[in-house]
Amino acid sequence: MTTDTAVSTPDIAGDSLAREAWRRLKQNKAATTSLVLLALVALSCIAGPWLTPWAMDEVDWNAFLTAPSLADGHYAGTDANGRDLLTRVLHGGQVSLSVALVATLVSLVIGVLYGAVAGYLGGRADTLMMRFVDIMYSLPFMFLVILLMVVFGRNILLIYAAIGAVEWLDMSRIVRGQVLALKRREFVEAAQALGVRSHTIVTRHLIPNAIGPVIVYVTLTVPKVILLESFLSFLGLGVQEPLTSWGVLISEGKDMMETAPWMLLVPSAFLATTLLCLNFLGDGLRDALDPKTR
Amino acid sequence: MSQPLLEIDRLRVDFDLPGGNVTAVKDLSFTIHEGETLALVGESGSGKSVSSTAALGLLPELARPAGAIRWHGGAGDEDLLRVPPKRLRRIRGNEISMIFQEPMTSLNPLHRVGRQIIEVLTKHTALRGRAARARALDLLGQVGIPEPERRLGSYPHELSGGQRQRVMIAMALACEPKLLIADEPTTALDVTVQAQILTLLKDLQRRYGMAILFITHDLGIVRHFADRVCVMRRGELMESGETAALFAAPRHAYTRMLIDAEPHGRKAPVPADAPLLLEARDLRVRFPLKRRLFGPAEYFEAVRGIDLAIRRGQTVGIVGESGSGKSTLGRALLRLLESRGDIRFDDTALDGLDSAGMRPLRSRMQVVFQDPFGSLSPRMTVGEIVGEGLRVHAPALGRRERDARVQEALHDVALDPSMRHRYPHEFSGGQRQRIAIARALVLKPEFLLLDEPTSALDRSVQATVIALLRDLQATHGLTYLFISHDLAVVRALADSVLVMKEGAVVEQGNTEALFQAPREAYTRELMRAAFLEEAAA
Repeated sequence: MTTDTAVSTPDIAGDSLAREAWRRLKQNKAATTSLVLLALVALSCIAGPWLTPWAMDEVDWNAFLTAPSLADGHYAGTDANGRDLLTRVLHGGQVSLSVALVATLVSLVIGVLYGAVAGYLGGRADTLMMRFVDIMYSLPFMFLVILLMVVFGRNILLIYAAIGAVEWLDMSRIVRGQVLALKRREFVEAAQALGVRSHTIVTRHLIPNAIGPVIVYVTLTVPKVILLESFLSFLGLGVQEPLTSWGVLISEGKDMMETAPWMLLVPSAFLATTLLCLNFLGDGLRDALDPKTR
Repeated sequence: MSQPLLEIDRLRVDFDLPGGNVTAVKDLSFTIHEGETLALVGESGSGKSVSSTAALGLLPELARPAGAIRWHGGAGDEDLLRVPPKRLRRIRGNEISMIFQEPMTSLNPLHRVGRQIIEVLTKHTALRGRAARARALDLLGQVGIPEPERRLGSYPHELSGGQRQRVMIAMALACEPKLLIADEPTTALDVTVQAQILTLLKDLQRRYGMAILFITHDLGIVRHFADRVCVMRRGELMESGETAALFAAPRHAYTRMLIDAEPHGRKAPVPADAPLLLEARDLRVRFPLKRRLFGPAEYFEAVRGIDLAIRRGQTVGIVGESGSGKSTLGRALLRLLESRGDIRFDDTALDGLDSAGMRPLRSRMQVVFQDPFGSLSPRMTVGEIVGEGLRVHAPALGRRERDARVQEALHDVALDPSMRHRYPHEFSGGQRQRIAIARALVLKPEFLLLDEPTSALDRSVQATVIALLRDLQATHGLTYLFISHDLAVVRALADSVLVMKEGAVVEQGNTEALFQAPREAYTRELMRAAFLEEAAA
């Protein structure tokens, strides 16, 4: 018979899925460029404040609201208080990026696990778990943050916790929807027939197959988190002067848009680059992790 | 012979794909005459559907057709590959119409049936308003839909699969076309419904004098339905001729193989004193329809009290139409579904065991599902898929030993073990089904539930899978529960047969006896439909 004659090929050494994915990601130009840019942004935010000639909260009495210039060492100009803008943007980047990273990770871990378990168990457990999510949704976010402030005092960790505690709700709904569709597939039933334990089915069969939308959603969560943090800071609930973040810098910049446009443009450029790169990287990752796109 | 109606002349269709050029049809020529039925037969990927969509100008944008398709049904000769789009739209529906495999997706679920038929009428004929409605009613009556008046106001989901296909036929007939292209019109339907639809088509063909281009993979239908046959393979015409002559003396090896691919042989019986392996008594499965906060929930009983006994080495076939509860019964026996009633496997009572209690038994009873595309996780390699059962049931095995067992299982199902690091999407349907069988076999089970394992496969692939299942049964002493709607396959494989309808057993007994002399009317009807005795008349 013709159709099932196996084509003999050399035994491919067990290439792990991760290594395969990495190889495919490298072929995607947009994604690799984004990855390099993101790494540059992150590195300069970490190392930058030590490299610039000014400290973050140092006031240059000779330069208030000066435009960017190479001559006086204020490469991105200064703000209304005479502080070096580039130093402040890089410093603010530390806060913004770490909040984004931690809050997204928290939402990813909690959301994916919670959603997958709810979807897989189904029935009454699912109903209970998702009603809990609904209740969390209905709590006003600001109320939650203020409550945390009252109990624990003002602390930057609280911002991480508060944002993480809210962001996982969306993620869990997305994953639950995916899992509800996936668990009817026959490969899940086959795993049950093999006697695979429920937690292994969730982690080995359901979550990997739901990963595509999850990655896309993560790239959407990061910008949301950065903006949420700037909103909190704007209200005086987030980072406090002289500490800063991209969101705070942008909201300061928008007030000075007409007299000192660099105060808006420089932090916005950093934020926009980061977000754009994340989107390209997310797309590339989704394709690279899908074995079908080989 | 009457006038030629449609001439396909050296048709070639190429697809410009990112990965390179793919030729779907090459150098295909055939002619359909007025009023005749021509069957285009081939397995998946043979290009049979592509050539018919080319005739209607419905090819996707990536396709580049060449050659000529001459249509003699309109005014003079027209080349359908070259006529202006406006003229093509008039031909479509007016002179040539088409019915498809899946009637649910071809009907708009948001519009009432009557409205969809009337839409066709107003588009292609001068009928409007009341006259169009009367014509729609008439058409529904002609295609044999009961209570056509009421059905005009129904939505597609309120109709059964067969009724939906009848509506599609009514829409295709609306303008009394000269040619009807039927692309696998009965593949999604149960055998009894299939027989009815075929009889209807024959009947309508006589009444309207139209030609039918019948595209199918099913040679059984062709034999009883077509005047002439064209056999296609990989885009090329292998052989064509009068149906009777072609079946009697196929010239081409491929045609002969297709005809021979219908399952042959019978299963050798097991000794009557073979020990019982699986036994079920008064098995019932029900699904909740509506849960109420207070008061009793409503249930639908899918399996209504079935008794079943399978001896070691036996194959028991379960046949029935869709919705008869045969798959539900199989899943309940493996305790993949909650059920009531006694189930005994070997010497253990399965009912009441929880998932932990079932786990040691799972390696002894395994399952192969129908859909080889859905039953393998797309994100695991074949090696991981086949080896997963070993990780559960033989955790002591090292990586190397496990790999050796996986290779052995793949070898057993005649797959190259060196392919175990690839992902399922790189394999064909038949190969995937072998992977699924390997996954079950690697645990060395005693009992295998085969849930329509060959239904999604082409005939020739189906034959190889059946041969494989037979071999495996002989070498490993397996016991099978074989669920299928395909009576020919069951007859070739099973010792005894259970006929199910609406969750209950209609008839059961020794395979040969039951096929020779069915006692119940429903069994007789099922068989007549399956072997198409009625459509031959």
